[in-house]
Order: sequence, then structure tokens, then C-alpha cells
Amino acid sequence: MDRRGFLKTSLVVGGTALTCNKARAQEQHDPEEFVGILVDTTRCIGCRACEVACGETWDMHVPDVLNDGALEAHRNTSENQFTVVNKFETEKGDVFVKKQCMHCYQAACATACPTEAMKQMKGGPVVWRGNKCIGCRFCMVSCPFDMPKFEYNDWNPKLQKCTMCFERLEEGQKPACVSACPTDALMFGSRLKNLEIARHRIYSYPDKYVHHIYGEHEVGGTGYIYLSAVPFDQIGFRTDLGKRPYPEYTKEFLYAVPMILFGVPAFLLGINALADAGRSDPESEFTLEFDVDKEGARNE
Amino acid sequence: MNKDVAITDSFGNFFSFLIQELKPRGPWLTPFNIISIPVILTGVGILVYRFIHGLGSVTNLSQETPWGLWMGFDVVTGVALAGGAYVITFVVYVMGVDKYHGIVRATVLNGLLAYSFYGAALLFDIGRPWNAPNPYIGNSFGFSSVLFLICWHFLLYMIAEFVEFSPVIAEWLHLEKAKRFLKKLTLGTVILGITLSILHQSGLGALFLMAKPKVHPLWWSEFIPILFFVSSIYAGLAMIIVEGTVSHRVFSRLIPEKHHDHFDDIVFGLAKGAAITMFVYYFFKALLFIHDGQWDLIVDGWGLWYLVEVIGFVLIPALMFAFGFKHRSLRIIKIAAVMALIGIVLNRMNVSVICYNWYADVHYIPTWQEFVVTFMVIFSELWVFRWFVTRMPVFSADH
Repeated sequence: MDRRGFLKTSLVVGGTALTCNKARAQEQHDPEEFVGILVDTTRCIGCRACEVACGETWDMHVPDVLNDGALEAHRNTSENQFTVVNKFETEKGDVFVKKQCMHCYQAACATACPTEAMKQMKGGPVVWRGNKCIGCRFCMVSCPFDMPKFEYNDWNPKLQKCTMCFERLEEGQKPACVSACPTDALMFGSRLKNLEIARHRIYSYPDKYVHHIYGEHEVGGTGYIYLSAVPFDQIGFRTDLGKRPYPEYTKEFLYAVPMILFGVPAFLLGINALADAGRSDPESEFTLEFDVDKEGARNE
Repeated sequence: MNKDVAITDSFGNFFSFLIQELKPRGPWLTPFNIISIPVILTGVGILVYRFIHGLGSVTNLSQETPWGLWMGFDVVTGVALAGGAYVITFVVYVMGVDKYHGIVRATVLNGLLAYSFYGAALLFDIGRPWNAPNPYIGNSFGFSSVLFLICWHFLLYMIAEFVEFSPVIAEWLHLEKAKRFLKKLTLGTVILGITLSILHQSGLGALFLMAKPKVHPLWWSEFIPILFFVSSIYAGLAMIIVEGTVSHRVFSRLIPEKHHDHFDDIVFGLAKGAAITMFVYYFFKALLFIHDGQWDLIVDGWGLWYLVEVIGFVLIPALMFAFGFKHRSLRIIKIAAVMALIGIVLNRMNVSVICYNWYADVHYIPTWQEFVVTFMVIFSELWVFRWFVTRMPVFSADH
């Protein structure tokens, strides 16, 4: 076999292997399938172009970046703003951190929703669907990042949060904030690729970054992942959320439901038969055949 | 003239009977009416305003505190206090203990009304109530949601309670045949009702499992569903003692004489049951506390608050129940019952509201409007309860 033939064959074999792998990967919910955004806080200059682009795209609050002095305070996202940038003064100077829905790989809000109004779309983005929502706000209680925001001052309230520009993704575009970012602090792509890029940066500049990618393991992994030069608890991140995906906290309870639903009635009927309740007040009881037989035997 | 025949004969007669029954009876200017009528009217006004201007216009709810007094008290606490129905029906119909038969009707009615009114209260609290049928119809089933489970259980449990209570309605309408048929359904619905209760009492605790980072660690536990279930047992028993005591005073003329003496005996039995379940609950609490090594959490204000709840309103009333049972003291038992109820309110409010977001700088405090609406729900429930017991044979002994 010549060299070209060898290359060809290995490509074909490799390609087939990859496709097979992909087919199985789909079943296993491989993170390759999931898209996300890598935020490198060392690159962010705090220009807030992402805030403006987000507001314009979604027809919401468009901040006056030059004059509103909003970086002076630590802000939160709101029902009018899907994303905000905050400034943190650290030992390595000012650090700017973009904040928005993290798009959890296993989203607590979507698990909590009794009507599937909050739903994880194929590929990762978690979006809200108004025609299903009853406004119970259980998603807000369950979200470890407190991201869904409720319109308290509207008779017909919506739950507002970043959708990762789901509609734009379907048209093959990038999220508005990513397109607007002038310094590539935001990078959109497959989550696995983003993780590789993040790791590569840490390996290449081991002194520049803390050796931790926020969102790689937090709450079971998130679509948004962050790189930082200072420990994450200094720039407004909760570091006590754990690695366990949040839906798993209710999984055992929900698995127990069918067991209780079928086990307990059997148990109660058994107790009832043992207690022979039918004897004391026959009229109010639903008589078991078993009891009838016994009565018959007694009469004989 | 035979009243039964007259009533069931024609629809016209039935209608006039219904009108007659719906008319108010008794004196109007009672202290309860004087307090409750303005509260209910103000509450209705607040709700009209709320549906025009949104939840934020009358409540102090925020993005950080999405569930406040309405959810925490009306739903999470109210359901625990309505636990008496499933406990008593278990004892009477499943175990066949006849001693408690006399209080079944009132307790089941209480449960039925509590669930109906708290279910209705939920409609004020959710932002888009016109979508409320969504969990029940169509393709919007969130099977992975604890709240979805609770939605269904509320509905099914209300139906089960209604069937359990329906023989009384049949008796009121003098429908002997229907009553006999409905009584046959009792054991089946009781078993369904107990099963549903176990699941949704614990399910209300499971609502907070995913709120782990927000609920104070002294109140959050993986076993919170079990804690909620066990405490709902004694909550129900204590509620029956308190509610029964009040009923025996207020509706004294409706209750047959022999029932009055019998009730004291019932209270002693309930006190024993409450003491045992409270000790079990206290043991669970202590076990979790020691197992999780939470000694360092006990030193600050939150720790003190925890001790007030667990020692002051669980252990002490448990000891009082046991003491009162042993020394035949109704007085101590009744005080213990009130304390146990306060303990339940504290626990449910702590988990759902007070210790939720405990680290926040600005803490949620309900507005006066939220209190008025809460009292509106309670008062209107009492109005309906009063209507039922003065029209239907709820307290009568011959069943």
C-alpha cells in the first residue's frame, strides 16, 4: 500500500468511526452537541457593547453606556436587561464580568417548571415560552444563579432571562452580545471546543489565569464558561453551588412517587384487612370479598 | 307531609330549598362578622388592584424573594395544618378505631375546605392564572417537576375529600339511596387520599430541594420531604384538638350532649398520638443536626432562631403532650396543641420565606395587603365552614 492509499483508508476508517461515535454520542447527550459561550474576563474592557446589543436585539432597555455611570455599583440582570457587566476591584486591577443566564447543561429551572414553559432547546439554550407559563415562579426558586426575572408590575407578567439568542442561532447567526464584543472576550461555539480553548489558554499562560474554569463542573456544567485572573469568589461568583446537577436533588423524590402511589394503597388495604375494620361499621366500608368469605364461614 | 319526597320530587322545590339554605341565619352583628366582613371586602379590593397593576403593586415580592406570605403561609403552611383529615381517616377507616368516628366529618370538611381555599389562593399568587389549566391539559406536562406533581395531587385530593364528605351532603338533601352508595366509596377514597397526602405533604418539602444554596443550612436537608411528612401528622392532630375545642364552644348547640363528654376522651388519644410523632420528628431533627455536624451554625442569631423552633415549639410541646396525657390535664394538652401549631407555622415559614435568602442585605417583609389577603382567605374559609356545619349534619352523632 502506498502512502496515499494508506492516508485514504485511514481517513475513511477514521471518518466512519467518528460518525459511529457521533450516533452513540447523541444517545448519551454528549456535550459536543451543546453550544455555549466562553467569557474570558481578562480580555473584557468593560465597554458594555454587549449590553447595548442585547437591549437593541430584544427591544429592551438600551443603556447609555457613556453617561450612566452604571459600573460604579454591582448590578443584577433585571426584567428589562438580560445581561449586565460589573466592575470588580481586585489585586490584579479592575476586572469586568458579564452576567447573564448560565444556560445550565441540566437546567434546574426547566426541571422545576410544571408546564415545560421553561425549556432546554436542542443544543443547550434554555428559553421561556409564554403560552405555557402559569407564573408560579418555581423556576426562580430553583435557579442556583437567580436568573429568571419576573415582571412584577405587569398584569400579564413574563419571565425574562437571556435566551442565548435562540432565534438568531437558528438562523445561523451568533448571539448578539458575542457579535458585538470588540475584544473577543466572548466566544461562541460548541461547549467542548470552548473548554479546550479555555484549557489551552490556562496552559499557555499559567501565571495569568487561575487554574479553574467556572462552569466546567459547577452545577453539572453550564453553557456559559468563564476564565479569570483572580479567584472567582472575588468577582461575584458563588463558589458554594457544588458540582451536582440540580435536577438530581429532586430525582430520588420523584422516583419514589410511583412506588408510594402503588405501594401505600396495597399496604393500607393489608392493614385494613388485618384490622378487620369491616366488622365494626359494615355500612361505611367497602367490603372485601375476603371478608364476605369469612363472614360466611362464621355463620356456618 | 313527607319532606324527602317533596324535595326530591321536582327541580322547583329543590331550588327553593337551596335558596332557603343559602340564606343567612342567626344574628348578624357577631364579633366574628364585624371583624371578618371588612377584611374580606378589603381583600377583594386588593385583589382587583393586583390583577390590574401586577403582583408588585400589592406585595413586597422581589426577584430575590419570589415566594412570600401567600405561597409560604396559605399554601405550604396551610396544607400542613390540613393534615388532620388523612390522619383521622386512616385511624377510623383503615385501622377501624371507632372512638374517633365522631370527629371524622368535621375534620374531613376542614380538609376539603382548606384545600379548596388554598388552591384558590394559589390563583392570586401565580402571575398568569389564566394558564392554570396547563398542568392538567394538553401537551404541557412537566413530568420532572415537583410542582407538577403537587398540582395534580391538589386536584385529586380535593375530589377524594369531596367524595369522603359527600354522604353528609346526601343526608342533607335526604337522598338515602345516594348516601348508601357514596358510603361504599369511602374506604377506596380514604386510601387514595392517604396516599396522595403522603406524597404532597412531602412534596411541599421537595419544592425546596433545588433551593439548596438559598435556604439556611439549618433548615435545608436532603430529607426535607420526610420531615414535612412526619410533621404534618402532628400538625393535623394538633389542629383537630384546637379546631375541635373552638367548635365545641362556638357550635355548642349543634353538638349532641354525649359527644361533648366523648370529645375529652378523643383529645387524650390525639395528644398521645401527637406526643409520639413529635418525638419522632424531634429525633429526626436532632439526627440530621448531629450527622451534618452543624454545631458551628448554632452560635449566631439564626442558630438561636433554630433552637427556638426545635426546642421551644417541638420538644417542649411534645413533653407537654406526654405530661398532659399521663396526668389527664386537658389544659396542658390544649396549650401544647397551640404551641405545636405555632411550631409548624414557624417551620414552614422558615423554610419557605424567613430563612430563604437568609444572607441577603434587604429581607422580605410582607406588605399589609399581603396580610389582609391572607386573612381574607382564612375568614372566607371559616364563613363557608360555618355555613356547612349549620346546614348539614356535620357534628351529629348518628353516623
